[in-house]
Amino acid sequence: MLDTEKPHARTIIELDGVTKNFGAVQALKGITANIREGEFFSLLGPSGCGKTTLLRMIAGFDDPTTGTITIDNKAMAGIAANHRPTNMVFQSYAIFPHLSVADNVGYGLKKRRLPKAEYKREVEQALEMVDLGGYGPRAAHTLSGGQRQRVALARALIMKPKVVLLDEPLSALDKKLRDQMQLELRQLQRSVGITFILVTHDQEEALIMSDRIAVMFDGQIEQLATPEELYRRPVNQRVASFIGVMNFLEARATKSSETHVSLDVQALGKIDIPRAGLPDGMKPEEIHRVGVRPEMMTILIDGAPSAERIVEGEVVETSYYGDMTYYSVRLNGLEAPVTISMRNTAGRAVLRPGETARVGFATDSIIVFR
Amino acid sequence: MSNRRKNLNWLNVYAVVYMVFLYAPVVLLPIFAFNSATIIAFPLSGFTTEWFGVLWTTQALHDAVWNSMLVSVSTAVISTVLGLFAARAVARYTFPFQRGIMGLVMLPLVLPEIIIAVALLIVLIQLGLSLSLWTVVLGHVLVCTPFSIAVLSSAFRGLDPSMEEASFDLGETHWGTFRRVTFPLVMPGVISSLLITFTISLDEFIIAFFLTGTEVTLPVYIWSQMRFPTKLPSIMALGTILLALTVALLILAEFFRRRSATRRGLDASTTEGLI
Ligand SMILES: Nc1ncnc2c1ncn2[C@@H]1O[C@H](COP(=O)(O)OP(=O)(O)OP(=O)(O)O)[C@@H](O)[C@H]1O
Ligand SMILES: [Mg+2]
Repeated sequence: MLDTEKPHARTIIELDGVTKNFGAVQALKGITANIREGEFFSLLGPSGCGKTTLLRMIAGFDDPTTGTITIDNKAMAGIAANHRPTNMVFQSYAIFPHLSVADNVGYGLKKRRLPKAEYKREVEQALEMVDLGGYGPRAAHTLSGGQRQRVALARALIMKPKVVLLDEPLSALDKKLRDQMQLELRQLQRSVGITFILVTHDQEEALIMSDRIAVMFDGQIEQLATPEELYRRPVNQRVASFIGVMNFLEARATKSSETHVSLDVQALGKIDIPRAGLPDGMKPEEIHRVGVRPEMMTILIDGAPSAERIVEGEVVETSYYGDMTYYSVRLNGLEAPVTISMRNTAGRAVLRPGETARVGFATDSIIVFR
Repeated sequence: MSNRRKNLNWLNVYAVVYMVFLYAPVVLLPIFAFNSATIIAFPLSGFTTEWFGVLWTTQALHDAVWNSMLVSVSTAVISTVLGLFAARAVARYTFPFQRGIMGLVMLPLVLPEIIIAVALLIVLIQLGLSLSLWTVVLGHVLVCTPFSIAVLSSAFRGLDPSMEEASFDLGETHWGTFRRVTFPLVMPGVISSLLITFTISLDEFIIAFFLTGTEVTLPVYIWSQMRFPTKLPSIMALGTILLALTVALLILAEFFRRRSATRRGLDASTTEGLI
């Protein structure tokens, strides 16, 4: 288990059966989840699955059709956004273009009528926290995308909210800046210790940054787990194909005992797996399909250490990525090719299309899901 | 090729004739305003600023100018405030019968003024209200509000809705959000609306003629003076001043409209391609 997980932290946000209808469209179909104090929580899902809708209801811009939202042990029904202990970083950042950077950051503090010196100090501190020390007097509309994002973050953090809500905050940035901001955002969250809820459709981003991820499809949470658990044990095929790359193979159970299930897997043959490897409540006869991650299979070359099990196939396509090579291999007895990724370690040959590959795998890398 | 050139020539001729018809009378105003003869006719007899001097000493004119200022400023402020609320509502909310309601509000834009004037006159008389400058303001607000809405709607359309949400999210009230974020961001549109409605009200004649009591506005005063041939040169002088003033105001209005557009462009660029 990762040390970043905080299983014993108290619940800061409680979502109980939250639904939302827009006319005939049901955008959310009963969301129930607990978000823990101080964790980095992500809502991950494809476009239109209801992530923004849920985030906006937590922020107080919209009311649930049914269900309740509790923040810090207080029911939020009837409490407007300006009275909630949450602050939002908008997708467009919504930096006020007519104000200076300092006035943007101090916008919410103005209401608190602090002494002038204290106000100035807080603003400067918030700016330094996001590496924008000294930018205070700049006009907001002169900032770059990355700087706007930092200002939006400082503007939220200065309010010392219980929860910071971020709606796809990195999607406007170019790839390099995005990678850098992912790490910075994560570090910042750790150092301030405030709960962050991030909305994203980028699975890689969610995996890198989050303590826990709720994977959403069609207005429902399909799985809520740590990044590692999501990757290793996706509960169903949809989640499995959304998180990383997954090879799907037909399978059925031939025999089952108290502790083990014997599977007959397409192209891979007979495989015994422990019963605990099945998703909760799933019966062996319900198994139709299993999965293997590309990196869990190895293309064996002469003299390399052998594997627990070996099957053969033909290389269909080779994609060379520098550090990695992705192979499409048609395993004997299988129509569609599987994807296998190999690290290009020193002296390792890259196979060409048409060559025969010996593919090794371990039986415990087989994932069973619904 | 030659055919095309011929078309172009006719188009040029048309354009020139059009411009002459449109602007020649306007150009005559300043020419006769500085002509020393009392008769409005060519040839010109000499240069004078006498007619401007006459304006300076005519008390009835000063009263009319004062009345017009009162009416125009009131109209500009009232219709801009109304336009501000209407444009905000249309930009942010959808409400039942929205199109129908907005159609009714915008109708005076295309309705002949004489109809508005007569209709209002009848209603006011039926209600037993006495005519005054305020009834003129009422009529002018009716005509000017659609212009104000049109100008301000474009200012609101360029405003990212999350600006207001961000302010609200940071603990500000709805009213505070309007004061600190919405209003400053649509400010160029507001100024532009004030100038346009002021100008429209200032030179409006028909409604002012029908709805005023004993106090007259400037256009009505000018009309009344037209009956006296000896007053004509000084009317020309007055017209010249009004012309200069109107052009200046419209240039100013256009300047603010453009500034609002660039500010909008700037806002738009921050959200572009994100959704
Ligand atoms: N104000 C609204 N009126 C009507 N339908 C809406 C409204 N807001 C959202 N929806 C619908 O609800 C569903 C979920 O929308 P939502 O914006 O929450 O998706 P999302 O997961 O944030 O998607 P994306 O990744 O594209 O931002 C969509 O089908 C959308 O069309
Ligand atoms: Mg969204």
